[in-house]
Amino acid sequence: MFLNKIIGSEASLRTKIVSLVGILVLFAVPLFANLFNEPFLVDIASRILIYALVAISLDLILGYGGMVSFGHGAFLGLGAYVVGILTHHSYEGTAVVFLPGEWQGTTQAFIQWPLAMIFSGLLALIIGALSLRTSGVYFIMITLAFAQMLYFFMISIPTYGGEDGLNIWERSEIPLLDLYDAKSFYFTCLVLLLLCLWCCSRIVKSRFGMVLRGCRQNEVRMKALGYPVYRYKLMAFVLSGMIAGLAGALLANHTEFVGPGLMHWTGSGEIMIMVILGGMGSLIGPVLGSAALLLMEEVLAGWTEHWMIFLGPMLVLIVLFARKGLYGLLIGKGADNG
Amino acid sequence: MADPILEVISLTKCFGAIAASDGLTFTVKRGTIHGLIGPNGAGKSTAIAQLSGELQSDTGRVRFDGQDVTHWPVDKRARSGLQRSYQITSLLPEFTAEDNVAMAIQSQQGHSFRFWDNARRDHSLRTPARKILERVGLSDFADSPVMDLAHGQQRQLELAMVLATAPSMLLLDEPMAGMGQSESLRMMELLRPLKGDVTMLLVEHDMDVVFALADIITVLVKGQVLITGTPDEIKNHPEVRRAYLGDY
Repeated sequence: MFLNKIIGSEASLRTKIVSLVGILVLFAVPLFANLFNEPFLVDIASRILIYALVAISLDLILGYGGMVSFGHGAFLGLGAYVVGILTHHSYEGTAVVFLPGEWQGTTQAFIQWPLAMIFSGLLALIIGALSLRTSGVYFIMITLAFAQMLYFFMISIPTYGGEDGLNIWERSEIPLLDLYDAKSFYFTCLVLLLLCLWCCSRIVKSRFGMVLRGCRQNEVRMKALGYPVYRYKLMAFVLSGMIAGLAGALLANHTEFVGPGLMHWTGSGEIMIMVILGGMGSLIGPVLGSAALLLMEEVLAGWTEHWMIFLGPMLVLIVLFARKGLYGLLIGKGADNG
Repeated sequence: MADPILEVISLTKCFGAIAASDGLTFTVKRGTIHGLIGPNGAGKSTAIAQLSGELQSDTGRVRFDGQDVTHWPVDKRARSGLQRSYQITSLLPEFTAEDNVAMAIQSQQGHSFRFWDNARRDHSLRTPARKILERVGLSDFADSPVMDLAHGQQRQLELAMVLATAPSMLLLDEPMAGMGQSESLRMMELLRPLKGDVTMLLVEHDMDVVFALADIITVLVKGQVLITGTPDEIKNHPEVRRAYLGDY
């Protein structure tokens, strides 16, 4: 029942099995960690969930909307900075610089996280409004340029650590929940991810989602039918930015640190690799991509610091032979409708 | 019949030194099928693109349904009832045939900022979509991905999409392009009953089709209107014969 809600009841049996196994595995991670006495597992798994959230947000515009945004790190980074900055002021007892009044920030998650979403959404509105006037390679370059601008902007603000970034001395607070506890934090991320998956699976099948997917397939036709495509693409861009902002807020809590590095183009590239690796145009794909890339990084980095040497060829093979990425390999033919 | 639905007033479009449209002026009367013919390179497709709004004109005006639409973008003109079809098939290739028609219907039902309900189970989209597919003879292929359809079926689907928007005027850019004889006939049978309800500007290479369907024909040569008249007048006009029908 719950599963039907997340992946849609008309999905194929194989899709359902893959999703069910996936969700069970995710719920069982803390158990495994206990069993094998490897508490570090929960940490990695939380990171995977957070990056899955960003990857889904990118996939919403990349896989469904056909917008190749190469600056998604900006939204992730801004979300993280919102949490970092609010915590910083709350810790120091100083007023938040960029806001009017004498508000000294907060560590309450229910204020921090929505604010992270709002600010990332506003940033996406500005970047999207300008970038979406272009398309193709120009769109890629402009989104990249905006993210780099923000990267250098954060470097140049000494108040918030500049190049060194900000340490977060207190994790966000949720009533009745201790986010310092690895398992509570993990399940918070998991619930948010499932919630996001559910909402996105509704959105991509809604009227709005159909318009978005139509724009990717044939934008000229959509315009000729009478759709003002710019507005729909911008809306999707803002939604995507908001989800990335939420992921940023979680990431800040996870690493207890925010740095400008999050906004660097290599970070944006990593998110894109996750989406392509996992499978564009599906919602489970980005989750798989995030897991695959981060686990590979974890394992291969243990052998050699040049682990990218293995990643490169694997990516090439996936792109060449698995049209829908890892998700396509798992699901088979039905992947097109997912 | 007398009132004009589309007025084209000295429309010009230059690509470099070449004037693809050079002071184009003509009027389309409501409810008619208006043929637009001319030899290759006469500027027919450019004219259609200027009328649909995909190409911005250098000078001149376009009035549609009593409004000056010269500076309107494509989507706004489409929503006001001026629809076009493409010479080269232009569909949403990953959707099914029914999806394609449903998207056309959805475009007419106000904004699409609806994020929650499954559009594929929306009866206000799907029921009319199925009816229109039936009308063009594609009901057996409603659930087929567009990529699997034959070329002629894709052309029919394209017409179905345009019809689904309930347009007041159609710009048809070679609707029979690449079709076999029987498919062409079928397409003609689909277009003919629309006469009177929907005004059509028909660009077509097949002269038999134009002469059979059109009430009035405008002949373009080098971006300019050579003559506008009834099919009989056009057939017998010496200059038209020289400019166009000579190699026909």
